[in-house]
Amino acid sequence: MSQHTLSVLVENKPGVLVRIAGLFSRRGFNIDSLAVGPTEHEEISRMTIVVNCEEHPLEQVTKQLNKLINVLKIVELDPAQAVQRELILIKVRADADTRSKVLETVELFRAHVVDVALDAVTVEATGSHDKLEALVRVLEPFGIKELVQSGAIAVGRGGRSITDRTLRPLERSA
Amino acid sequence: MTEQTSPVPPEAHAASGPVDQPPGRPHPGPSPLDIPARSSAPAAPKPAPPRPAPPAHRDAPAPPAGSQPAATHPPRPQGTQPASAPQTPGAAGSAGATASQAAAAPVVKAKVTGAQALVMALEQIGVDVVFGIPGGAVLPAYDPLLDSDKIRHILVRHEQGAGHAATGYAQATGRVGVCMATSGPGATNLVTPLADAYMDSVPVVAITGQVSTNLIGTDGFQEADISGITLPITKHNFLVTKPEDIARTVGEAFHLASTGRPGPVLVDIAKDAMQAMTEFTWPVPYDLPGYHPVTRPHSRQVREAARMITDAKKPVLYVGGGVIKAGAAAELKQLAELTGAPVVTTLMARGAFPDSHPQHLGMPGMHGTVAAVGALQKADLIVALGARFDDRVTGKLDTFAPDALIVHADIDPAEISKNRRADVPIVGDCKEVIADLTVAVQAEHSHGHTGDHAEWWAQLDQWRSKYPLGYADPDDGSLAPQYVIERIGKLVGPDAIYLAGVGQHQMWAAQFIGYENPRTWINSGGAGTMGFAVPGALGAKVGMPDAQVWAIDGDGCFQMTNQELATCAIEGIPVKIAIINNGSLGMVRQWQTLFYNERYSNTNLGDKKAEVAGTRLPDFVKLAEAYGCIGLRCERKEDVDAIIEQAMAINDQPVVIDFIVHKDAMVWPMVAAGTSNDDIKFARGMAPDWEAMDE
Repeated sequence: MSQHTLSVLVENKPGVLVRIAGLFSRRGFNIDSLAVGPTEHEEISRMTIVVNCEEHPLEQVTKQLNKLINVLKIVELDPAQAVQRELILIKVRADADTRSKVLETVELFRAHVVDVALDAVTVEATGSHDKLEALVRVLEPFGIKELVQSGAIAVGRGGRSITDRTLRPLERSA
Repeated sequence: MTEQTSPVPPEAHAASGPVDQPPGRPHPGPSPLDIPARSSAPAAPKPAPPRPAPPAHRDAPAPPAGSQPAATHPPRPQGTQPASAPQTPGAAGSAGATASQAAAAPVVKAKVTGAQALVMALEQIGVDVVFGIPGGAVLPAYDPLLDSDKIRHILVRHEQGAGHAATGYAQATGRVGVCMATSGPGATNLVTPLADAYMDSVPVVAITGQVSTNLIGTDGFQEADISGITLPITKHNFLVTKPEDIARTVGEAFHLASTGRPGPVLVDIAKDAMQAMTEFTWPVPYDLPGYHPVTRPHSRQVREAARMITDAKKPVLYVGGGVIKAGAAAELKQLAELTGAPVVTTLMARGAFPDSHPQHLGMPGMHGTVAAVGALQKADLIVALGARFDDRVTGKLDTFAPDALIVHADIDPAEISKNRRADVPIVGDCKEVIADLTVAVQAEHSHGHTGDHAEWWAQLDQWRSKYPLGYADPDDGSLAPQYVIERIGKLVGPDAIYLAGVGQHQMWAAQFIGYENPRTWINSGGAGTMGFAVPGALGAKVGMPDAQVWAIDGDGCFQMTNQELATCAIEGIPVKIAIINNGSLGMVRQWQTLFYNERYSNTNLGDKKAEVAGTRLPDFVKLAEAYGCIGLRCERKEDVDAIIEQAMAINDQPVVIDFIVHKDAMVWPMVAAGTSNDDIKFARGMAPDWEAMDE
């Protein structure tokens, strides 16, 4: 099993998300994360879907996705050739005694404090999955009160755009 | 009347209209995208609702340029200008004297209600029949439907019947079948036929009324989220809430249903969208940026496949329903005879290759012939054409055809390597793939690479002669169901259209009728929908009124949808229903016999008390008569022929024949579910001796 990141361009229409999510569940594929948002084109939304599977089921899920009428394009992003980021918000226990230590940790990870209360601070961080995991691990001893994490979003490196060019087309001739 | 006939270059039309049919996609029958002139011609005579011309012969229903039907279809003069846009569709200009053949595509514009736009779009597309039942939310659509002289609405008795009738119609004709229902329960009653059509890739468009937009999401009366419900069982579906979207969406639905891998498409239209005013414009460009079915195969893949075919010692052509959908039976015969390879036809492909052909080994799979199953199992090359390696064909997948290389051609890329990895994948329409393969194989032959299959055929012929399909007459003198079906096939002949429900009778009908032509065998293959036969036959007969249509049905299946006999009788649809009545759910009983120690849990449909009293419940003869049909019964072998002939002679009324058959007859051969094809049994406990035959 290995992790694959799919960038899926879809028509910005009602019901598209449920079509995609439904396809994953009924064909028995697990989604690690899914993030969706608008793109530079008003009529197109972009989904970043992280799946954990072997090469063969990945090909099958890609083909099945391609059959959805509202799906315009699917590109698998090679981790070495792409920037992938997740966003995390962590509400961590921090009183007068521990606050400076928490802030020090936050600093180390180049994260930001976005809210401060008497007994807690809320930390915002972006980065790769591994980096955010490490941050959570380090903050855990202080006491994590609440944690929320986004799905990954990713974009290919270089000047090209998948809107007009496919980096690694998964829609093989077969 | 002829003000917009000036022919213009085709490209001008292509730029102006929605005609983006992929090049060369063989669409059986008139394409829904060919806007027929008749729809804009002066009103056709009321008593003869024009049907798109039936295929000249079943084998080549698609009229590509240069083929036979083209002679009657001169190049279409193309209308480009919105020339003096006619305000009412009935008064639109026509293309002159040959209007019914040479279609102009005048732009139709009119101020109408959404419901009228719906009916006008259906007329423009060339829909001649709609199967359905009205109800609250779809009432607005039914009002203008009453005035349509082009669309015949057939009022069925249950929406499931409408869906299966649309499927039967589509399977028999190659055209898109249309069904209509109201919101909520009307729409959910279409779920089974939609799932059925989806599994068998049948082009069906379902139109459902939805509650008004202000009620959507409020649990309104008769509200159901039918687009959500049918998401996994349709090729695509739409919820339309604006009147101006209706015509375009209907056009898109027909385009999606009939191109690429065909399938059902549902259009759910809110009641208020049907009631509001809009401007109807036709043709209307589609908005389907993500839909590009590939029909032309890759030439390098085709050449590689041809090389493998001529190299192979033990090739098999594994033919699926895609060959019939593509109208490629003639091409298949050419390829088969060129290569000399054996052919097996799946349950969905019976009729794609003549059963009488010496290269035909019959049906593969769970109840396939020993020769067909053995051929796939021992092959060194399987050329899959429009087939999908279904579990009922492969048996236990990891033991299937262990020594075979796979060439897999399908119009749906997702089918290729889904179950069995393909060595040479070919994405394309079967008609083009097979034609190209033939050319490529000819090229190999011209280089002296002709396969030698003499040894292979010696083995196949040995299996074929040693293990033919067969059955024994029951000891107690009662009727063998296989005999009944065999006699129907013999007496009615290969030009009729046969349908079946699901179960033992379906397998025997697949085995014993004898099919020579495509689109003469229609059944519920993938979904296995009991109750398909009666409404399916209704639809097939409506689509092909000149053909004899016989439904081979089981007594279990028949009782699921027999209310449509009323539709057949009232609408004048003289189908024949042969009930293979064994008083039980026969296939389930067979499994109980074989795998559940003969513990017959809930498979006996008979009423023991009634049987003692000498009556049957229900009495199918009386039931048929109550429905305005002719009811006949046959219990003895010597009466079978006479009763079939009696039924054949009746052409003005539906006929139901109750064949009382032995309840313990079983379908053989059989590969038990989940086991390997190697373990096929040709009779109970009897396995073919593969080893002895290997030498």
